[in-house]
Amino acid sequence: MTENPNDLDQPEERLPRRVIGTPPPRGEMSVLGAPAQRGERPAPEGVKYPDPATARRGERIASLLFLVAFLAGVGFVVSYVVFQVGTIDKTATSNFALGGTLTVALLSLAAGIVVWVRLIMPKYSLVQERHTMAAPPSVRDEVSATFVQGANESGFVKHKLLRRTLLLASAPLGLLPLVLLKDLGPLPGTTLRHTVWKKGRRLIVEGTAEPIRAADFNSPGGILSVVPQGYENDLNALAKATLILIKFRPEDIKSGTKLNWTYDSIVAYSKICTHVGCPAALYEQTTHHILCPCHQSTFDAADGAKVIFGPAARPLPQLPIGVDGEGYLIAQSDFDVPVGPSFWERGDAEAEARGHA
Amino acid sequence: MSLDGPPKAIAGPATFIDDRLGAGTFLKRNLRKVFPDHWSFLLGEIALYSFVILLLTGTFLTFWFKPSMGEVAYNGSYGPLVGVHMSEAYASTLNISFDVRGGLLIRQIHHWAALLFVAGMMVHMLRVFFTGAYRKPRELNWIIGVLLLTLALAEGLTGYSLPDDLLSGAGLRITEGVAISLPLVGTYITYFLFGGEYPGHDVISRFYSIHILLIPGILLALISAHLILMWVQKHTQMPGKGRTNRNVVGAPFYPSFMAKSGAYFLFTFGVIALLGTFAQINPIWLFGPYTPADISAGSQPDFYMGFLEGSLRIMPAWEINLFGYTLPMSVLIPALLPMGIIMTGLALYPFAEQWITGDRSEHHLADRPRNNPHRTSIGMSAIAFYGILWLLGANDWISSKFHISLYTTTEVGRVAIFLGPALAYWITYRMCIGLQRRDQELVLHGVESGVIKRLPHGEYIEIHVLPAEDLVALVKAKPSIPAIESASDGEGVPPKGMRNPLGRLRAKLSETYSADSEAISLDGSHDGHHNGHGNGAAPAAVGSGEPEQKSIGH
Repeated sequence: MTENPNDLDQPEERLPRRVIGTPPPRGEMSVLGAPAQRGERPAPEGVKYPDPATARRGERIASLLFLVAFLAGVGFVVSYVVFQVGTIDKTATSNFALGGTLTVALLSLAAGIVVWVRLIMPKYSLVQERHTMAAPPSVRDEVSATFVQGANESGFVKHKLLRRTLLLASAPLGLLPLVLLKDLGPLPGTTLRHTVWKKGRRLIVEGTAEPIRAADFNSPGGILSVVPQGYENDLNALAKATLILIKFRPEDIKSGTKLNWTYDSIVAYSKICTHVGCPAALYEQTTHHILCPCHQSTFDAADGAKVIFGPAARPLPQLPIGVDGEGYLIAQSDFDVPVGPSFWERGDAEAEARGHA
Repeated sequence: MSLDGPPKAIAGPATFIDDRLGAGTFLKRNLRKVFPDHWSFLLGEIALYSFVILLLTGTFLTFWFKPSMGEVAYNGSYGPLVGVHMSEAYASTLNISFDVRGGLLIRQIHHWAALLFVAGMMVHMLRVFFTGAYRKPRELNWIIGVLLLTLALAEGLTGYSLPDDLLSGAGLRITEGVAISLPLVGTYITYFLFGGEYPGHDVISRFYSIHILLIPGILLALISAHLILMWVQKHTQMPGKGRTNRNVVGAPFYPSFMAKSGAYFLFTFGVIALLGTFAQINPIWLFGPYTPADISAGSQPDFYMGFLEGSLRIMPAWEINLFGYTLPMSVLIPALLPMGIIMTGLALYPFAEQWITGDRSEHHLADRPRNNPHRTSIGMSAIAFYGILWLLGANDWISSKFHISLYTTTEVGRVAIFLGPALAYWITYRMCIGLQRRDQELVLHGVESGVIKRLPHGEYIEIHVLPAEDLVALVKAKPSIPAIESASDGEGVPPKGMRNPLGRLRAKLSETYSADSEAISLDGSHDGHHNGHGNGAAPAAVGSGEPEQKSIGH
């Protein structure tokens, strides 16, 4: 054990470091490189036993805690047998009984061990020396020489053709996993540009699956979450085709909304936020604002769902709607632009759509 | 009663193993390995033990969980959802919660342990950062730590999505929205991940194998490496009496550290069990099954994803359309930039610091954060950056709880994200310098003894005494921050390597990094006034008309 009180008053940087190449301090290493003479027996000065009275008190407290842990552990097993599940209340009771006993068992066991360490075990202040991480230069030189020797023996350096064909051979093998992953999914193609909406497909209310008679959806400010008929349980379809349907007073509709795509002041917008695709589900009647709860992109429903706040960069696409012979709301066509979040191949679909119009 | 030799039950197997493996040599060296003690050294253990708990509870959950998106009608104990169509994943999670004894408990313990796992890693990482424990020779372990943190986030994300409830689905949808926004490869990555269009039928089973096999396997390997490196390099220690850069002072692994660690594992487990029992978490039965058409207001991710949520929220709308292609900057920037800054910054910091200070020596004594003010300020600045993003991930809650307009919170956030870190830097820097001056005063003037003495000529002074030995040792261990040799020679020619712009930048950084701290010297004798060594007189604090300090024992 070396404890050098003189070290105290000097910043560590001023301590003489062992110069590389000089032998390590005597006694640190034995011939075989294994530390010798270290940690064999604690130096008496580093180990301070508690007085016997403290240790006895510690034993009593720790034993008590261990007993509590034992009882709680037994309590856990008993709770498992006694408290069945099957209703919400029963599950709650079982949960509290199991969790409570487990908690008590773990915490008292932990506390008991801490008492044991603090009151019964000695206080330690042992000192061990550190050694520089790097191997001595002689060892480094030897390893480096061995490496070169091995490399030369293998002929890897000398035989060019061997080396190059070996590298060539391993290249495709390295790529194989990537090739194999190709069947993880189909290529996107144009699927992101279309939804299941098409001319004549009825709008139905999400949840109840009722078709919507335009004449019944007549109170201004009303809003419905709408899905395409026939796809009400198809999550892939819903992820793109879900709509919000809003009934306006005719005078509230502003120029951004395509009037000939509305029916009797009922407007349909994609519910899928153009930011990252959350359903833009919140609607404020007085301001006509649609708010996406995820990142708070806000759209003005009266004005073509243009963005008035938040990270979304594009308006919610509007779906052209009309009514069929029975007076139920139907789609007039698919959306004219891709719905939902932007993607690389999307381009300025809005400008293109305007160009076509 | 004490043992005179090992009992037969131990000696027998030990001999058996030693005969075959030579384990004795290893044990001889390591049984009494000394571990330094400080409360902050236990923070990483919280993460370690949480990981163990995650493995145990996670295995339990796999016995009942069905990672399938196949549709079933629920027919279990939770009344409100009976008959509702849902994925098998969601139904089996309900089943674990309501129809398996202890299932709810283990599920909640698993979730709490996950939160503590990430939180433990974060505070551990901050401790390592602020004490400079990432310095040579520990850079590799630091990088392993950064990898662990990154992987833990991915592990959390994949696990969070598995129950396939409405809340986790919102997270998945956002993940998809971010993935699809990537330039060039976004749509392909998304289609490969989801097996086609979102949400598809594959993502839960794919996330499942990633969550229970791939990432935990890598985590386990890296955690083992992390511990082995720590063991080989020995733990850093706080400065103090008898502690140097070349020794370790503390308690032996066997029996003291072993017992303490065991107790600490049980404490961690106990606290997580307490939380899992009484603090409800992720009550998926309240959210309902996932459908892309619905969402509930106030949706929040787990805490460790909050900073990404916040950065997505405060980003203003920005999208670039060029040559028929789209760059959704309002997704790309917030999703990639903060994470990139934080993770890359963490990984590079040890090397950047070496480059700036030119310090290539080994460090085994932890720094007190005040003694390296720029490092500490950079750290606090990063915390402010992260913290502001994190807070804004809950701006809807802030808005509704404090009755502030939602848009105001966002707009404040857009400014605060730049101002906050700068302010944090400045405040921290001043605090560090202030604390160093207080240290200086402590060692040069001692502490107030409360004893008032009247001098022969009538003046009253308070006698200052030497502070406790330990305290002096701790304070005086303040290391100097090295700087590269950048002074020009007599003829104004800077040294080689400092002549290009990069070299000049390096010289400037190096000078700044060490400047103020170096000026506060602790090398004064206890009996006389500090008279300014080397870098000129230390400012303020010293010599502000204080009486001569004396030891009370004289």
